[in-house]
Amino acid sequence: MKTLTKATLLIGALALAACTNADRFGDGTDGTNLNGAGANTGVDPNAVGVGALDPSSPEYFNQTVGNKVLFAVDQSTLTAEGRQTLAGQAAWLQANPSYIAVIEGHADEQGTREYNLALGARRSNAVREYLVSQGIAGSRMRTLTYGKERPLAACSTEACYAQNRRAVTIISAGGLS
Amino acid sequence: MRNVTPKKGRLAMVRQFLAILCVAMLCAPVMAQAQQGPLRLEINDGIIEPLPFALPTFQAETPNAGEMANQISALVAQDLTGTGLFRQIGSDAFISNVSAFSAPVQFPDWRAINAQALITGAVSVDGSGQVVVKFRLYDVFSGNELGQGLQFVGTTQGWRRIAHKVADVVYERITGEGPYFDSRIVFVGETGPKNDRRKRLGIMDYDGANTQYLTDSSAIVLAPRFSPNGDRVLYTSYETGFPRIYVLNIGSVNRRALDVPDGTMSFAPRFAPNGQTVVFSLTTGGNTDLYTLDINSGQRTRLTSTPAIETAPSYSPDGSQIVFESDRSGSPQIYVMPAGGGEARRLSNGAGRYGTPVWSPKGDLIAFTKQNNGRFHIGVMRTDGSEERLLTASFLDEGPTWSPNGRVIMFTRETQGENGAPALYSVDISGRNLKKVRTDTAASDPSWSPLQR
Repeated sequence: MKTLTKATLLIGALALAACTNADRFGDGTDGTNLNGAGANTGVDPNAVGVGALDPSSPEYFNQTVGNKVLFAVDQSTLTAEGRQTLAGQAAWLQANPSYIAVIEGHADEQGTREYNLALGARRSNAVREYLVSQGIAGSRMRTLTYGKERPLAACSTEACYAQNRRAVTIISAGGLS
Repeated sequence: MRNVTPKKGRLAMVRQFLAILCVAMLCAPVMAQAQQGPLRLEINDGIIEPLPFALPTFQAETPNAGEMANQISALVAQDLTGTGLFRQIGSDAFISNVSAFSAPVQFPDWRAINAQALITGAVSVDGSGQVVVKFRLYDVFSGNELGQGLQFVGTTQGWRRIAHKVADVVYERITGEGPYFDSRIVFVGETGPKNDRRKRLGIMDYDGANTQYLTDSSAIVLAPRFSPNGDRVLYTSYETGFPRIYVLNIGSVNRRALDVPDGTMSFAPRFAPNGQTVVFSLTTGGNTDLYTLDINSGQRTRLTSTPAIETAPSYSPDGSQIVFESDRSGSPQIYVMPAGGGEARRLSNGAGRYGTPVWSPKGDLIAFTKQNNGRFHIGVMRTDGSEERLLTASFLDEGPTWSPNGRVIMFTRETQGENGAPALYSVDISGRNLKKVRTDTAASDPSWSPLQR
């Protein structure tokens, strides 16, 4: 049963990663693995399916490098954990130059729609600037804000809000439109 | 639909006369409660007791008009009572009944049941589906007609609009204020789970009837805003994958993207009173500032240049100023600046965070969203930031829009939790008469049209 779940998750991640449509909202993981890889930790040996992943694959980026950084309330300043994750993202992008990234900024629901759009834009830009500082060409990245439109966790408590105040790096092969 | 017998000149005279009389008598908050004096409802914060009116079912003047007469009568009454300012007297209390539209009114019978206003009407439907509605409004205690009889002509399909027009005239004559029943709402209809909400633009009558959808839900759409004459809607869509502003013609449902620089994001648009200039937020390099765009010439002008977030702009009705939201002080607050840009002055000065300011159509107030101590409020303040009043409180209220007469505010209220969903609510600017607006699905981001013509 456990193996089956892992396999399903892996297939789910592959299916998402295969999609290159820019209009996407997820973070590339299934959402059930919030405390494992992908949540601000660097390499996590316990991550789902890690043994099977090709280090140059998008799944590896999403799950092992971590495609997501979190922010404090109203803030777009990167945390130490966030910078560590982004250093890993930069290294991966350096090693895999054919990939480009759309960086999504998100906010929790505690704020007006308009303000949260602007806040999400700040967050995605903070990630982009950090990656640029790590040597990634700006032309490989584009920022996007979803404001509070696409929460990862749906509850209305800080436990969920903390997960929703995030920036997610969505990688895909090919050029930016 | 046309107004067959415009009596504007005379009505204006009547109203002016009433206003002068009212001042001379130092009118009480509820003028209509005084049994001497003319029928006149002075709307202010003092109104507690709704004005009682009688509306005998309109006469069917053609054999096939019975159902139409019932529906129109009921909707006129519903419009009036829905304001919280009027109360309908049930027909079981009636002493005399109106046997014909032209029959003399037995005022003592209506006084006896304390009807202060009496509305009589007649409906005819011809073979082509044309509907004619005639009506009269009486001041029962003075025994006079208030204004003159009017008739509206429309179609059977458009019967709700005819009823709203009748109610608008009654409302206007009794209150002396502009009406709002014959108006529409553009909004975002929402379906699906909270983390994958499907959104599409909808348009409906002010009371939630006659919903139609203007877009599909293939891309996120946000915050539609009516043009000053109600012919177009500005909104933000993710159809390119990135937030971008579109202008949609309601009649043709044709839309086009506003011209913005490549690699930017744009949102929070609103028309200037001239219907040609759009003010909006443009984000470049993570920084959000306010710009205007002339839709016809394509000329873009930058209004703010700060590292702070500037968003949610709204013009004053004369077009001379823009009120907006900025976090330049460290938290979101409300500011006002000249419409061409320049030095901004902070208006909000209470505790908490302020956003989405919207100038009232009368120019006297600014409605806003306030967030304080974990609660959200819709409030109003004077245009200098004074006399802040909070009208609502809930887990999440936001995005006020004004009725055409500046009397009612509609907004989004979202419930909390994993199954939380948004709905539209309206509230009188006195803070009374809070109610949910009927919608087919969950709904958010209402924008109230001007009065239809």
